[in-house]
Amino acid sequence: MKNNLLFDFTVDKATKTVVVNREFAAGLPLVWDAFTKQEILDQWWAPKPWTSKTKFMNFEVGGRRFFAMVSPEGQERWSIQKFTSITPKTNFKMTNAFADKDENPELPGSEWDLNFSEQNGTTKVSISIYNESLDRLEKMIDGFRQGFTTTLNNLEKLLATQSQK
Amino acid sequence: MRRDVFQALADPTRRAILLLLASQAMTPNAIAEEFHSSRQAVSKHIQMLSECELVKQEQKGREIYYHINANKMKEIDKWVEQFKKIWETRFNQLDKVLLTIKKQKK
Repeated sequence: MKNNLLFDFTVDKATKTVVVNREFAAGLPLVWDAFTKQEILDQWWAPKPWTSKTKFMNFEVGGRRFFAMVSPEGQERWSIQKFTSITPKTNFKMTNAFADKDENPELPGSEWDLNFSEQNGTTKVSISIYNESLDRLEKMIDGFRQGFTTTLNNLEKLLATQSQK
Repeated sequence: MRRDVFQALADPTRRAILLLLASQAMTPNAIAEEFHSSRQAVSKHIQMLSECELVKQEQKGREIYYHINANKMKEIDKWVEQFKKIWETRFNQLDKVLLTIKKQKK
């Protein structure tokens, strides 16, 4: 929440890759858990007012997470993540695809590569997301557009609270 | 309803057409010659790009030339910005969650 924590976001249209880097004021084991345990993931993965609902998650190579983003009106948008490689507290890779409520994925999805490292109590997470089609990214935005104004308002409030401290 | 920019960009041929037009204005015939698909297919792609204003046409004598519309391309940057905001929001939420967990452990 401190303003000096790194956040950068780049979209490379040529390689169809989105890169997100972010630092967190917490140790590596905790940040790793926040990305790999469903009970923590569901607390932050969906930008408000959307909520995240994980039906199941087997965090192991070949395992899957089946989850939905739930809109304030109760509309569910399901996705399946499949874990393809795990190096504990260092890196994991997964594929992510939209799905219907019966776990049928809409292929192709995106390929995610997440790296974790800690320095002086600050943990850096580097995420690269490769998308076969721009179409898919567009869908992701569309899904959030409705709740977006509220999200921005929430963020503003949060930032205002933070800066008063 | 006007077509959506991103629907137009989702197709690889249309992206290739935009790339061509980024360097120079071209006639529909000249564009079609660059692709293996039929003139008709290319013309449909151009029409869609035109409908969502990614390209503009200009009459020069008997020929129509297509140009890229730089203003419309800026919309794409705006969209990227929205995607960035989603991640910002998500991570600000994670900050709070991490803080809560740290406090609970103490």
